Amino acid sequence: MSAEITGAQSLIKSLESAGVDTIFGIPGGAILPAYDPLMDSTIRHILVRHEQGAGHAAQGYAAATGRVGVCMATSGPGATNLVTPIADAHMDSVPMVAVTGQVGASMIGTDAFQEADIRGITMPITKHNFLITDPLDIPRIVAEAFHIASTGRPGPVLVDVTKSALQTMTSFEWPTEIQLPGYRPVTKPHAKQIREATRLILESRRPVLYVGGGTIRAAASKELAELVELTGMPVVTTLMARGAFPDSHPLHLGMPGMHGTVAAVAGLQKSDLIISLGARFDDRVTGNLDSFAPHAKVIHADIDPAEIGKNRHADVPIVGDVREVLIDLMAMLRTQADAGHTGDFEGWTTFLGGVKGRYPLGYDAPPSGLAPQHVIERLGAISGPDTIVTAGVGQHQMWAAHYFGYEQPNKWINSGGLGTMGFAVPAAMGAKVGMPDKVVWAVDGDGCFQMTNQELATCAINDIPIKVAVINNESLGMVRQWQTLFYNERYSNTDLHSKRIPDFVKLADAYGCVGLSCESPDDVDAVIAKAMEINDVPVVVDFRVHRDAMVWPMVAAGTSNDDIKYARDIAPDFEEDDL
Amino acid sequence: MSAAHPVTGGRHTLSVLVENKPGVLARIAALFSRRAFNIHSLAVGPTEHPDISRMTIVVDVEATPLEQVTKQLNKLVEVIKIVELDPDASVNRELVLVKVAATTETRGQVLDTVQLFRAKVIDVAPDAVTIQITGNAGKIADFLAVLEPFGIRELVQSGQVAIGRGSRSISERTLRPVSVPVPPATA
Repeated sequence: MSAEITGAQSLIKSLESAGVDTIFGIPGGAILPAYDPLMDSTIRHILVRHEQGAGHAAQGYAAATGRVGVCMATSGPGATNLVTPIADAHMDSVPMVAVTGQVGASMIGTDAFQEADIRGITMPITKHNFLITDPLDIPRIVAEAFHIASTGRPGPVLVDVTKSALQTMTSFEWPTEIQLPGYRPVTKPHAKQIREATRLILESRRPVLYVGGGTIRAAASKELAELVELTGMPVVTTLMARGAFPDSHPLHLGMPGMHGTVAAVAGLQKSDLIISLGARFDDRVTGNLDSFAPHAKVIHADIDPAEIGKNRHADVPIVGDVREVLIDLMAMLRTQADAGHTGDFEGWTTFLGGVKGRYPLGYDAPPSGLAPQHVIERLGAISGPDTIVTAGVGQHQMWAAHYFGYEQPNKWINSGGLGTMGFAVPAAMGAKVGMPDKVVWAVDGDGCFQMTNQELATCAINDIPIKVAVINNESLGMVRQWQTLFYNERYSNTDLHSKRIPDFVKLADAYGCVGLSCESPDDVDAVIAKAMEINDVPVVVDFRVHRDAMVWPMVAAGTSNDDIKYARDIAPDFEEDDL
Repeated sequence: MSAAHPVTGGRHTLSVLVENKPGVLARIAALFSRRAFNIHSLAVGPTEHPDISRMTIVVDVEATPLEQVTKQLNKLVEVIKIVELDPDASVNRELVLVKVAATTETRGQVLDTVQLFRAKVIDVAPDAVTIQITGNAGKIADFLAVLEPFGIRELVQSGQVAIGRGSRSISERTLRPVSVPVPPATA
């Protein structure tokens, strides 16, 4: 038991004890006591310009490093500004701890200045949350918060601390163990289920590994690659799993879903066995659920039992950590292989190879100006597979998912489940802080960029040299695409005029960043090369692209994946006889 | 009319053991609300263990969505255990306080009914009596049906509480806390 300290000192000591090296945040009245000991702490606090930026930065940090991201805000509006990133982290299973100040315990419930019931507000969007009124509870609750955030299915945990708890004298003792009788995530899969899964795999003729974000969170890429080598089964990687398996691998069919590749969508749709690894049969993957993969049995492995059977019946449910599931599954498959039992998937992979060959990712060059897909292809080629890419939400996100080219996990960071526009810049900031030696590109849209670009100031001042590629089509492009396809080209409120206002180059300059602009396909490589050379300050490149470019392939919302369009009015022909 | 369990198509009784902490009820209620499940009744109170509260939740829901809501409930950190009680292997009770009009002409009949159902008069006024009755849902429905013609002025009903038959306890195994070691302080 150490000497008497304030609750605020106990909070900072607890965060240090939990291994925190970086906090993104903004002080304010209720959290103010905690900011005083923070000045003397080993923890680096990065003062952001908006709490939403702090939250997304913590997410970017967590996704890039695999460690828990931490953000801090004051009560009331400070806390409510964290709501979007917390909801985002909850949807995408990002380990994060949000610390918020709360009004003094005696003031709670009185509608005090800057009071908001952030614990109540965040109940449905956190993995768990706490309100601390007794400073003696601080070390235990901080330890519990980090344990809950980082284990099982990772997620955000909010710790709300009253100003009175921060100001009261207390003692600090870091717990040697914590007791959470209602929290016991299962990581080790059941042997019987592994046996069943093995049997289904060996019996199947058209299996597909449906790889989701859980594979990234479980750090199971190596094991996944081994399983593919062992069995020759084809792979699709969801939006959350891009990079979990190398794009360059011939058995990689690409990303499935609404804007998935024809091969990935067909691979799932025509399979007789889906092996889901940390994926959740999201509506953006399945399309119309009733007609999704109608002939497929399902092996569903997930650390969260509530995901299994939620949207699609699982023939073999496996609760466990994806990495441990893969290890056990491979052991069983090797035993079977030694006994002469292996799967025969050659006809299937040949068929899928044909589909992939006939319907590769591709786009038509616009009649004039710059193709956004070309910009992202060149970014990927010049910057290389070691680059961390963050994205906002919309057309640029889909192009960035398809065309950059991912070979490693934890390089592609985006807002998948919640679809938060404005995610890219602050997430890139967090990723760069966590991985300072990596090149970090934020691929952003002109709409998204205007939602959170104030964090360029944070980056410039705190020596966080991120690179931003604004794919400027002067519109809310994805919404515009839907208006083109489904609303008779009536472009209601999607024109942003961002090639006129604001001037992104001047804006970058005003924020102490280097601003570049590119309008011609001939200049793309040179501009990217120039951006790559600048490593002392952030760079913003305004890629002024053709505004009518669309994201293809596409399955219209609510329709069957069988109705995928390769390009406008072009349906793929699968030559089923090949199967 | 039968006094047996009036179990409707999708009615289920869940016993939920939770940590006795502030906010647990709000979490559980919010979860049911978000998944659009109708809670028929909910009763919560302390148990034989001071750190654990027990909720009895009666829901109207089909089997598949019930499995999903059970899994979602299990994800709540403060939920320790959920057991669906088999109506044939458990007993359940509700408590009702009912204020019935009772004039000099009808008072005798009302009191006869009270006796028949082994209920109890707990307050008397010149033109009304207040009655307490406990029983399962069927018995209570029957009792209220008989009282109805006299004129029910006010009625308050508890949520159902339920417990498994026999000597086993659902909280036995859960009382052992699960300890998780915390990595030593890094700073």
